[in-house]
Amino acid sequence: MDGLEILIFLFLLILGYFSGTYFEKRHYKSIRERERKTLHVPMVTFGAKQSLPEAQDAQLFVGSVVISVDYFKMISATLRNLVGGRVMVYESLLDRGRREALLRMKEEAMAWGANQIMNVRLETAAIGGRSGNNSGPGSVEVIAYGTGIR
Amino acid sequence: MILTTLEGVPGKTIVEHYGLAQGSTIRAKHIGKDIMASLKNLVGGELKAYTELLQESRQEAVERMVQQAEELGANAVVNIRFATSSVAQGAAELFAYGTAVKVE
Repeated sequence: MDGLEILIFLFLLILGYFSGTYFEKRHYKSIRERERKTLHVPMVTFGAKQSLPEAQDAQLFVGSVVISVDYFKMISATLRNLVGGRVMVYESLLDRGRREALLRMKEEAMAWGANQIMNVRLETAAIGGRSGNNSGPGSVEVIAYGTGIR
Repeated sequence: MILTTLEGVPGKTIVEHYGLAQGSTIRAKHIGKDIMASLKNLVGGELKAYTELLQESRQEAVERMVQQAEELGANAVVNIRFATSSVAQGAAELFAYGTAVKVE
């Protein structure tokens, strides 16, 4: 019985590692491509404390994404918890989430015809992923919002 | 209704302030989606069902904020901010707030 449990654990670990790495690579590739494509529209985090820009129209745009850890990342972060230090597996997770959320907001704003996005704010929330297991962030939600002007 | 995260509306001037307008909603997860999500927790990647669920809920929070602003007589909400918090296992609160104003 114990042997079986260890086998399942190893299987999940390997599955998590390979699928997680695959999804992450594919995601980063798509993020980089879309970031290049949307580079010409500036996004700024200021806007509230300076004079308003010249524009005809302004509208709120929100982009959000929920991104999940994989089994390998979870175990690796649990081990990291014992010794402390940088949890690199989660860093890339949140980086992907932020960039994806920003891109979604930007793409929506560009479809509307925005030539600039002002006062962009980012918000992160941990969502308890696995029911009955409260250790670590099961998944994180990232939202990006800002005002598109045209 | 004009919604912005700026302190005003570009091209228009604020003629009247009505104070804070807010809207919130608390949503619980769908059990079926939760099972799918816990599978996805093993392999990683985006949880599309949750993204959609939270997007819908946030839309609702914004609608409630807009409704409150309309009741006050405003035609725009400026300086909007969002917040998310998980209040209980499996439930999340989505909150939107801003300042209701009249612009011309």
